[in-house]
Amino acid sequence: MGTTFALLGAASAALFAGVGSAIAVGRAGQAAAGAVTEDPSLFSKVLILQLLPGTQGIYGLLIAFIALGRIGIMGGTLPGDDVALGLSYFAACLPMAVVGLISALQQSKASVAAIALVEKRPDQFGKAMIFPAMVETYAILALLISILAINGIPA
Amino acid sequence: MAVLPMKRIQIIGMNKDRKTVLELIQRLQSVEIPEAVSGQSSDTLETPKDDIFAKVDTSDARAIFDKNVQVAQEALGVLNQYAPEKKSLLDSLNGKRELSLQEFTERGNDGELVIEKARRILGLQKELIEARSEIPKIEAQIEALHPWVGMDLPLNFRGTSRTKAIIGAFPEKLSEEEIVTTIAGYAPDMTGIDVDVISSSDEQTCILLLCLKEDGDAVEEALRRMNFARPPLSDVVPSKQIEGLRGDLERAQKEVERRKTQIAKYAPERENLEFVSDYYKMRSDKYDVLGRLSRSKRTFILEGYVPERDVAEVERKLTAAADVYVEFTDIAANEEAPVLLKNNFYSEPVEGVVENYSMPSKGEIDPTVPVSCFYYILFGMMLSDAAYGLIMALATGILMLKYKKMEYGMKKTLRMFFFCGIGTIISGVLFGSYFGDMIPVVSRTFFGKEIQVWCWIDPLNQPMKMLVLSFAIAIVHLFAGLGILFYTDVKNGKIKDAIYDAVFWYMLVGGLIVFGLTTDIVLNMLQLSPFVPASVGQVGAIVAAIGAVGIVLTGGRESRNWFKRLLKGLYALYNVTGYLSDILSYSRLLALGLATSVISQVFNKMGTMGGNGFFGIIMFIVVAILGHSLNLAINALGAYVHTNRLTFVEFFGKFYEGGGKKFTPFAMNTKYYKIKEEN
Repeated sequence: MGTTFALLGAASAALFAGVGSAIAVGRAGQAAAGAVTEDPSLFSKVLILQLLPGTQGIYGLLIAFIALGRIGIMGGTLPGDDVALGLSYFAACLPMAVVGLISALQQSKASVAAIALVEKRPDQFGKAMIFPAMVETYAILALLISILAINGIPA
Repeated sequence: MAVLPMKRIQIIGMNKDRKTVLELIQRLQSVEIPEAVSGQSSDTLETPKDDIFAKVDTSDARAIFDKNVQVAQEALGVLNQYAPEKKSLLDSLNGKRELSLQEFTERGNDGELVIEKARRILGLQKELIEARSEIPKIEAQIEALHPWVGMDLPLNFRGTSRTKAIIGAFPEKLSEEEIVTTIAGYAPDMTGIDVDVISSSDEQTCILLLCLKEDGDAVEEALRRMNFARPPLSDVVPSKQIEGLRGDLERAQKEVERRKTQIAKYAPERENLEFVSDYYKMRSDKYDVLGRLSRSKRTFILEGYVPERDVAEVERKLTAAADVYVEFTDIAANEEAPVLLKNNFYSEPVEGVVENYSMPSKGEIDPTVPVSCFYYILFGMMLSDAAYGLIMALATGILMLKYKKMEYGMKKTLRMFFFCGIGTIISGVLFGSYFGDMIPVVSRTFFGKEIQVWCWIDPLNQPMKMLVLSFAIAIVHLFAGLGILFYTDVKNGKIKDAIYDAVFWYMLVGGLIVFGLTTDIVLNMLQLSPFVPASVGQVGAIVAAIGAVGIVLTGGRESRNWFKRLLKGLYALYNVTGYLSDILSYSRLLALGLATSVISQVFNKMGTMGGNGFFGIIMFIVVAILGHSLNLAINALGAYVHTNRLTFVEFFGKFYEGGGKKFTPFAMNTKYYKIKEEN
């Protein structure tokens, strides 16, 4: 049971954050493709903006990987039947899973808007890049808490 | 670290020298000629509604030049489509080709001829498109005739003297009997019909129907109720017609090919087209500026800005080239002059970052140097892999050495990533990451003995330590920003503002941090052992309190009402949470650094799954190359974006507003060529 819960946590971090990023990058990609049809020279700029909401998926992977490393799927000690320990891992992974999903979706909106901005005023790329990056802060904070929590669980 | 001082320039000369002067200025590329000089007092020579001096509308001439540029560009586009130039991505780093002034003028004189050729290319392209649009039409006709191939009568066959022939199709699959019975059902009086099914498929049944002339109307009525449709009429037998159409198709295809080769024959004109595109762009720009000059019958006046360092050169060259009077004046106190930055070799590359945000406005200092002090370090911490840093530094370094002639902007960008690469190497060494954990993994898997690398902090196993380091950097970065605010205020003579807005905040935030480091809760959270004596913590608390009181009292000093002032002061104090979130924001240094190393580890682990052996080694190499290139690309992008964010939001938020206008000299905005300047 313990191992199952821990695995559930690790999986949901990769799962939800990954799903969020996939949807978000897809949305931003549509907007980016639209911008490139108007002006192909914008490609590299809008590509960066498209990729911005993709980081949540990477953070999710990161948490999943650290958690898997700790719970013994890839080395380390298995929680075995220790339900409390398993649940601790599950809880530690939650911030990344939930915040990763939602922040990716929200960030994609900022990205789409930033792509529209760059389409109209390509010289304002530097500023356009910051708006989606603001949303990402919260994914980073969640990542931080998840890392600290996993590390704090006595193995 | 400097915003270059500007001078106003006024040039007065004879109209006959106008062209020479303008062309010289365009080549010098160091004079900006604005639409209207701002902050101008009315008693200068240039008054728009003057009887003697007037501006001349040059938009017609410009429109012609712009059209030529467009024609040349379109022709180039067509050429690239049908006779693509063999060009690698790196060739674009070679920079613009150089021409001497004489060559440039000579080739410019033949500009019209080249434009004529460009028009011919566009004409050919038009014919090609027309020919090509014929092809699907013909194909559709052939397609429509296909079901009728088996018929040996033309489709417009009407019948003989006694009989009526009806040719057409039903939109469904029907057999001969079904057709005959259905028609007989609808038209019971008719004498008889003969139905010949030419072809039938699931979608349609094509028939030739014969009946007596007098039954014609009744049969047609019956057919109408069965959704009968007539084919396109033609007096040729279908199979013959298809043959004819095939011939047309072939001719159209040949025509397309012929036009393509004709266009491709113009490939040697590419250079000329590029040249005229540049040539007319320059002339268009020149006429734009010409429209900004005030002219009288014989003289003209030109006003603009020139950086002080170029004053002597501009004057010398202008007076040598023509009989002109050149005058330089200082910028007025209320005048927003365009901004040109000048920095040392190390800081210069991040000028682009500053420019992306905004140029410094009047009174602000150029933040480039402080930005550069942190930029490469922050970038390095986020990418934090010595091997990735080495790849970046080597790649950009080699490009810079190999392509000496590349455009200056490109050079600056490459140099920025070169320094970022160096920063990444340093932090990679400090945190013991070389392609993630490749050294221990490889030594363990393939050599049987694990080699550990030295590191100062291992971020993966000591994340708290790394977090504390990130926060420490945050505090240094933010305090540096506050320090620049202090410096700017002092420099502008606003000593009081400097104390209110910078010193009080130093006291409050600094004091709080010192105090915090003596409390158990903070120390436990950061997993630190107490290292600040309690007495120092108390001093910190007192200093913070003084700072807080100062902020409350001065934070709303622009309000006259004391009550409002106090409220605003309290609100200003609330901004201390802003400092907290600013500092927390630097945890991305840890997070992004971890992202790089964890993904590297994932790939390294995947690579070793083949075990030790010939195929294991091959697999490791393949996985490592693919995986690490991907990781480097994604994380370099992330590091770049978030370094910019920390600079723009956290760092600039403390002291920098910007809003200045970039110095854009009247210059050669060309794409392919530039004029070699001889002294």
